[in-house]
Amino acid sequence: MANMFDISQIQNIIDIGIPHCADIGVKVEEISETDVAMRLPYDKRFVGNPVSGVLHGGIITTLIDSASGMCIYVKMQKYIPIATLDLRIDYLKAAEPGRDVIARATCYKLSRQIAFVRAIAYHDDPDDPIANSVSTFMLKSTPTKPLNVASKEMADKK
Amino acid sequence: MTENSSEQFLEAILKAKASKDLSAVSDLIPYFSYLGLEIQEEGDQYICHLPQAKKFTGNPTLPAIHGGVVGAFLESTALVHLLLTQDLKQLPKIITFTVDYLRSAKVEDCFAEAIITKPGRRVANMRVRAWQKDRNKPIATANANFLVS
Repeated sequence: MANMFDISQIQNIIDIGIPHCADIGVKVEEISETDVAMRLPYDKRFVGNPVSGVLHGGIITTLIDSASGMCIYVKMQKYIPIATLDLRIDYLKAAEPGRDVIARATCYKLSRQIAFVRAIAYHDDPDDPIANSVSTFMLKSTPTKPLNVASKEMADKK
Repeated sequence: MTENSSEQFLEAILKAKASKDLSAVSDLIPYFSYLGLEIQEEGDQYICHLPQAKKFTGNPTLPAIHGGVVGAFLESTALVHLLLTQDLKQLPKIITFTVDYLRSAKVEDCFAEAIITKPGRRVANMRVRAWQKDRNKPIATANANFLVS
């Protein structure tokens, strides 16, 4: 069986199992044992200021939330049901119009019930971030199927 | 973002506000159009409405709206409230934003309202609350700080 946690497998699971991420065009950029980086290609649909073309903060929130959740799956090597409990974002500077945004998330602590995550968003230099985030997630939040099982079933149905 | 572009944009928003054209406010912002955001006036309060849409699904097995969309909707509601109720000289900039997720959001209509906890000279501190069918059962709350000058 292919590794469930290589980039193409994760992308596949996202494209089928997380419809909103598929809709906004999120792409898995890089994974390691502790980190997940996801790219949001620049898209005029998500502009917050039509005169400047700067993206709305809300779409950066979505990208960060998605990468933050995914880094927990990668750390646990399991797609158990999780739910965001709280998420804080500091907006450090405006995203530049026309440029993709990358969110890189790290799960720095896993306890029995809670995962603790930090993340940053940037264009190409992690040392010059657009946003910084910390968040917590409930583990086994619902008795539903793991994401990989659910998305496989959805793919089979198609 | 140049000063000029912010000014032009704020001017357009203020024009829509002056003509009481609430749908124009959301039409001006592409991301609000993507969300399908509707603004309703309720007494001296503004309620934002996020219409049900499958594209917002984050978890198809529950099913539930993506947490990011809920966060974005709360942040948008706070901005709408600032734009419509405050006398602004420049476009507010979001500085910090903290969401508490209280219940999973069903793939149904969402509503939200914001209040200004402290309208500071430089920073406006805000609280936002979102609900679905039952207004007394919030699905998420948020705290936001906006730079307003």
